[in-house]
Amino acid sequence: MKRAFTVCGILTLANASHAEVELSGSAGFEQRYFLQDALYNPQERSYSSAFFMPEIYTQWNGGADTLVVKPFYRIDEHDDERTHGDIREFQWAHYADSWETMVGIGKVFWGQTESLHLVDIINQTDSVESVDGEVKLGQPMVNFNYLTDYGMFSVYALPYFRERTFQGESGRLRPPVAIGDALYESDDEERNIDLAIRWQSSIGDWELGVSAFSGTTREPELVTRLDQDGIPEILPFYAQIDQVGIDVLKVSGAWLFKLESIYRSGQSEDFTAVVTGFEYTKQGLWGTRYGVGVLAEYQYDERDDNFFAIGQNDLMTGLRIIVNDIAGTEVLFGFVQDLEESSTYSGFVEASSRLTANWSWTFNGYFFSSDDIEDPFYFLRRDDHVQFSLEYYF
Amino acid sequence: MISIHKAVSLLLIFLMGSTYGVASETDNTKALTIAKERKQRDTGWGTTEATVTMVLLNGQGQEAQRELNVKSLEVTDDGDKGLTVFNSPHDVKGTAFLSFSHALEPDEQWIYLPALKRVKRISSRNKSGPFVGSEFAFEDMTSYEVEKFSYEYLGEEEVNGEMCFVLKQTPNYDYSGYTFQKVWIDKSHYRVQKIEFYDKKEALLKVLMPKEYQLYKDKFWRPMRSEMQNVQTRKSTYLITEDINFDTDLLESDFDKNRLKRAR
Repeated sequence: MKRAFTVCGILTLANASHAEVELSGSAGFEQRYFLQDALYNPQERSYSSAFFMPEIYTQWNGGADTLVVKPFYRIDEHDDERTHGDIREFQWAHYADSWETMVGIGKVFWGQTESLHLVDIINQTDSVESVDGEVKLGQPMVNFNYLTDYGMFSVYALPYFRERTFQGESGRLRPPVAIGDALYESDDEERNIDLAIRWQSSIGDWELGVSAFSGTTREPELVTRLDQDGIPEILPFYAQIDQVGIDVLKVSGAWLFKLESIYRSGQSEDFTAVVTGFEYTKQGLWGTRYGVGVLAEYQYDERDDNFFAIGQNDLMTGLRIIVNDIAGTEVLFGFVQDLEESSTYSGFVEASSRLTANWSWTFNGYFFSSDDIEDPFYFLRRDDHVQFSLEYYF
Repeated sequence: MISIHKAVSLLLIFLMGSTYGVASETDNTKALTIAKERKQRDTGWGTTEATVTMVLLNGQGQEAQRELNVKSLEVTDDGDKGLTVFNSPHDVKGTAFLSFSHALEPDEQWIYLPALKRVKRISSRNKSGPFVGSEFAFEDMTSYEVEKFSYEYLGEEEVNGEMCFVLKQTPNYDYSGYTFQKVWIDKSHYRVQKIEFYDKKEALLKVLMPKEYQLYKDKFWRPMRSEMQNVQTRKSTYLITEDINFDTDLLESDFDKNRLKRAR
């Protein structure tokens, strides 16, 4: 498999050498500030970091073949695990009229909802990058898509598994003990070949997707045990799973109705999870230029005790404010309430705007609360933080 | 400042009302005939691909630019399909906007966000919302279809040195940001020379001036410059066509949400 990748890489590079190469990308500085003193040693209050993510792009055969190379690196002042690099993309794509293929490291998104991405399973979460789980690690893949009038049919072979990133000892947003090295169910460990298939289509006012996955779970279960020195350690265990999923969106005037649901077997319990809700958008609020979006999504998960399954019976409500200015300013406020445990909730604000054609800023704040020692948020109850980042795009 | 503009525009409406009088049945038939001729003369172009610069002026002398690649596909007896890809500003490079416009049914729209590799369906009710912070609303960017409006004939007037028919067109589709528009269509080639947009309070909101018309394939006129000014806020947006090609190899299948990742 690896050899096939190397051959592909060399072939694409050889072809690409005749073509024009475009360089673009972004770099930025980020400051995180935690509002309360840390619970665990040796965590800090303030974390500075900087990232660099160039993108090299070339195409040939009149755009029928493309190559994207997109490395990423972040340096964090304190957290050795957040100081990390990744190949976000290193992918050759070939586009034909009714089919396309992508080979190399890439990213795929599946799904429709905003507060949780249940169906989206191809890429691993780069969880040290952002609390919202929206940032993903590059996934090695061989992907083939067949495009018809009845939608797109996709097949993926995923030859190499990416471990989820976790904060180090000096990082905030972690359990009392930093999460250690991966354990696998598969004897092939990260070399287990995972497979996935998907169909997606637009039919009038509907967006539909059906998918299936078989292989190493992207969402580990945490195992707590004592190491040889009798010191407790927490390790992520990656089981072999089978998962089927559906995602649906219906447009109705100003309303978008969304649903995602999965059934997964192979971990400590088989389970169903659902997230469903709506987004309502109104432009020209009270005769102004402003637009608003109102979001609500209900999250249900049959599991009781997975550290990462936070949406067990929870309601997310959100308000998006769209300024509709030249700077593209947007602010999203959100609140997630656990419907079973009133002390467990979280809130967030995500704001962004452009300063010039090249510079933009984002301001995010995340707030967690829980009195329930069984709840993952209990460990994060002192990890409320705000972060400001300044980004340069070139 | 704004109140003066409103007063002036209200006065204009009043004056025009008294000049043109109440539209008669034959005048409305004439207006519809002109509208149909306008559409007829711009039928059969097939596909186009254009490089467009959008210049946004905030009224205080500040300027921002966007570079767009705009692909269009003519759909007979329905609204056209459009695919707009942003080349700048850099933070939205590769963002693609796909729309299937329809005469009376709600438009279908998708946006592709390259950083997330995600295609998002957009609510069809955003017609009155500004297109990427510009003075063009989504509904100003979609294709002209006769059935979208009801027409009244208001008379004749000279604009840009061209003698024009003046029509009042009232949107028949839902969720428009306008009560009506006034359109100046030149008698020589049935090209739009000017559009005035009236807001929900029937006050003049924006004026569009298409300029520098060029003839393609001996039949199709395209303005190389379209200037939209918001008379209430003094903000303006110019759409400047850098390059337009009528002999593309675009297919209907290129206008597909599953192919948006190819757009670049």
